[in-house]
Amino acid sequence: MKELRLMKGNEALAEAAIRAGADAYFGYPITPQSEVIEYLMAARTEDRTGMIVLQAESEIAAINMVYGAAGCGKRAFTSSSSPGISLKQEGISYIAGAELPCVIVNVVRGGPGLGTIQPSQSDYFQSVKGGGHGDYKLIVLAPATVQESVDYMKLAFELAFKYRNPVMIQSDGIIGQMMEKVELFEQMPRLEPDYEWATTGKKPGKPSTIVTSLQLESEEQEKVNHRLQAKYREVEKNEVRYEQFHCEDAEYLFTAFGSSARITRKAMEMAREKGIKVGLLRPQTLYPFPSKAFYDLADQLKGILCVEMNAGQMIEDVRLSVNGKTRVEHFGRFGGVIPNPDEILKAFEQKIIGG
Amino acid sequence: MTEEIIIAGFGGQGVLSMGQILCYSGVMQNLEVSWMPSYGPEMRGGTANCTAIISDSEISSPVLHTFDTAIVLNQPSMDKFEDAVKPGGLLIYESNGMIRKPRRKDINICVINAYDESIKMKNTKVFNMIVIGGFLKIKPILDMEHVILGLKKVLPERYHHLIPLNEQAIRKGMDIIQTEHSLN
Repeated sequence: MKELRLMKGNEALAEAAIRAGADAYFGYPITPQSEVIEYLMAARTEDRTGMIVLQAESEIAAINMVYGAAGCGKRAFTSSSSPGISLKQEGISYIAGAELPCVIVNVVRGGPGLGTIQPSQSDYFQSVKGGGHGDYKLIVLAPATVQESVDYMKLAFELAFKYRNPVMIQSDGIIGQMMEKVELFEQMPRLEPDYEWATTGKKPGKPSTIVTSLQLESEEQEKVNHRLQAKYREVEKNEVRYEQFHCEDAEYLFTAFGSSARITRKAMEMAREKGIKVGLLRPQTLYPFPSKAFYDLADQLKGILCVEMNAGQMIEDVRLSVNGKTRVEHFGRFGGVIPNPDEILKAFEQKIIGG
Repeated sequence: MTEEIIIAGFGGQGVLSMGQILCYSGVMQNLEVSWMPSYGPEMRGGTANCTAIISDSEISSPVLHTFDTAIVLNQPSMDKFEDAVKPGGLLIYESNGMIRKPRRKDINICVINAYDESIKMKNTKVFNMIVIGGFLKIKPILDMEHVILGLKKVLPERYHHLIPLNEQAIRKGMDIIQTEHSLN
């Protein structure tokens, strides 16, 4: 029988990182994410797999340690919560510009500023639309269960190395703090591959490997940008992930990601009990966004309610996706307040059915 | 079967671990579970609560605002969660330190004096296990066999010699819980 464990989302993704053969973690504690570094420290990773776990002196130091480890071809990751992720943005932009693989976990809390320590989804724009400067994209995975926190940690390293691009796991205070049963995958070996892009020491007869995000010639920088854009088109073609519930006969649609999708699913079940034909589309990748899935569904829909724990961020991508084919409205609670299914259903009835 | 439970009391009363034990027992019984703590700038002596959901089908929302059962261990928790019990649901309260009795007439109400019983057992740490026993008497959703397996998972190995004491406390709770108001 497979071993089932009851774990917190934060602990589960830390354990998953060890099992995915991570070489290094660099981080700095912040609520509601601190269980990641606590768990990794307690797990004595150096004895178990040789993985390095280090509490840096600051978030900025942590992300630059990740940059350095990634430049050596190592599987490195970091985690933080919203204000800490803001501090890391310069480093994230550099890593994206230098085309290096790494994983960044954001257990989102309410903002702006230091905000609150309660769950929120108000970092959607930061994760999906940039965050740092320059034309770059992160691959953004949004788990809605503790099991997905495990599965996406493994997937995140795979995608990061497949595309040589930073991958963001956007969790939140609910997913990070809640406990659910999880099935863990077997320990994978730490790899020692010889990537030609990695700075592992100059070999005789081979040119030096240089990791940089700096180009002094604008034509050279444009080439880099073209290469990045070509990579992003590949990502958009191959890596879209989403989940649909009751969409076949749906006349209306809910959409939500992460923990708010769990709450919205309850609202959908309540609406179905009332005989309203409503489905739920949950993006699992926020970038690449499942635009085609929305576009294809739009013809059969009388309206979409986008439920987010923010003031309306993903709704912009939903509206772009359906391109005016159906009406899209938003319902949100923010600042750390969690919506309840009753108020989601009420908003749906007022804004979509009655609107 | 879906049982949506809120457990609330002072920090240090074992509120969070009660929820974890129920959930891990549910895992052992091959049920779906979810556990969500109130987290925040909280401390020993402050209020703490957790939501535990145990179900034989997939759990949608881990966050709830109404409950089948509320287990309240102090007055602030009674004040906060009495109204969150669904009509026809169950409220269990621990009688020590409770200033006012519950007001609701549309729910089942049970009372348990777990604190005095834990003193009689010469170990106040089993307080929360006595309450769990009381709950499982009224709502027998988990078998004792699976609760013991759940306990083994939640307790670090160095405390496993205390499992018989905990089992005794659960059985004691089953004996002493009293129905104060019944809809039947």
